[in-house]
Amino acid sequence: MNTVQQIRFIWKPIVFLLCLAPAALVVGDAFGITGQLSANPVEDIQDRYGNWAIRFIMITLSITPLRRITGWNWLLRFSRMFGLFTFFYALMHFLTWLLLDQRLLMSAIIEDIVERPFITIGFTALLLLTAMAVTSTNSTRRRMGRTWKMLHYSVYAVGILGVWHYWWQVKKDTSDAWVYAVILALLLGYRLWREKTRNRA
Amino acid sequence: MLIKKPADIRPSEITSKENYLNRRDFIRAGSIAGASVLAGPALAAIVPDGDRAKLSDVSKSNFSTDETPNSYEDITTYNNYYEFGTGKDDPYQNAQNFEARPWSITVDGHAEKTGTFHFEDFIKPFDLEERIYRMRCVEAWSMVIPWVGIPLADVVKHYQPTSKAKYVAFETLHDTVRMPGQRRRVLQWPYREGLTIAEASNPLSILAVGVYGESLPNQNGAPIRLVVPWKYGFKGIKGIVRISFTEKRPPVSWNISAPHEYGFYANVNPEVNHPRWSQARERRIGSGLFAEKQPTLMFNGYGEQVAHLYDGLNLRKNY
Repeated sequence: MNTVQQIRFIWKPIVFLLCLAPAALVVGDAFGITGQLSANPVEDIQDRYGNWAIRFIMITLSITPLRRITGWNWLLRFSRMFGLFTFFYALMHFLTWLLLDQRLLMSAIIEDIVERPFITIGFTALLLLTAMAVTSTNSTRRRMGRTWKMLHYSVYAVGILGVWHYWWQVKKDTSDAWVYAVILALLLGYRLWREKTRNRA
Repeated sequence: MLIKKPADIRPSEITSKENYLNRRDFIRAGSIAGASVLAGPALAAIVPDGDRAKLSDVSKSNFSTDETPNSYEDITTYNNYYEFGTGKDDPYQNAQNFEARPWSITVDGHAEKTGTFHFEDFIKPFDLEERIYRMRCVEAWSMVIPWVGIPLADVVKHYQPTSKAKYVAFETLHDTVRMPGQRRRVLQWPYREGLTIAEASNPLSILAVGVYGESLPNQNGAPIRLVVPWKYGFKGIKGIVRISFTEKRPPVSWNISAPHEYGFYANVNPEVNHPRWSQARERRIGSGLFAEKQPTLMFNGYGEQVAHLYDGLNLRKNY
């Protein structure tokens, strides 16, 4: 097996299963197999999916800087998977809110999306993620050409909106939100810095 | 899909409902017998030292709801008590080794009687009552909790506030060694709360010293905390060490921290939303994964007892 095959047939399945583990743990906890949910299970599930969505957007955004710094070009082969897992966890977070928290009560859902800025922001991020997810196949990418690139630049916007959404919903203790904000600033800052130095050269 | 939640506390650790009710009958019978002998004088409130110490001479109250109380586990593992951390299970995790004795309470300000009292002496003049109350958190979840406490109105009367006393202010212990959450300035320490003297004298207000017929667990505010069921949970200040009768409205912690989000009154009000979330409905803890949220009631359903306190007050402005 050459390196490309090794990545495709060995490493990708392993990483895929690892990425799925947090979701499996939520389900396991809900059934009381791997542990158990808190006294407020809906909030617990929603928070855990939301947290993993933020973590995966950070992981996705760290691929390029890591590749540049280490020279490990094979990292690029995982960027789509991480991007799709960001979408998956954001979607699960959204569905938990929609089905378990609001129980499809339309008036409450619309009020939340329209009147609560942090939900508007989160919802916008999900729409962008959805657009990227449905255009993520190789054939669509070829077909869309330059437009694809433009659309997928919105991954940066998703990072910013995601952290903002997280920050704004915290009642008081923003320390975790701070950690994500700093990581995001480093990841985006690296790109700006590189752009600048490249233009100078 | 059937989702079952296993108990992570051994069943033997929880007083069964049956036993618990039997014990209450027993206590009630006992206190009736006692009353006939003593011709009805107040029974001294006693809270023995120790974990989950059984409380005796607890009388029932008409103010109790007949809704099913939350499990002991829910009540004691899902808490907001930032003195022990900001996560919901932090208080349970971090308050285990907290020593709530010896404990003293200072009463000061505009009152005839003032001083510093041992906790035991502080509660002794009053009666222990069980009050099963709804508790509505500002975060839009709620529980039903069988508190045991002393009526705050009796406490207020006991210290004989002067005509200058318009408010009652409360303070939590400030001790960064015993309360590790205070090492971070998430809130301004010590935690402070306050009521108008009329609110404090309302028969619903109690100082709780127990839950489920036992002494108050540390994570719930041992040894003594405020319970005002028509207000959001954060008004229920825990681990009280100071009670002051003041002329001016005392500063209160969440209002200091975010004045546009939390007011002095903090009455439960489904019509006045938190700036960031709706207060129209609430999630009852323990109702399960697929339960619907329930509508939040004005004054948490205690309007009959407290609405008159706010006659003529704009509750939208005075949130």
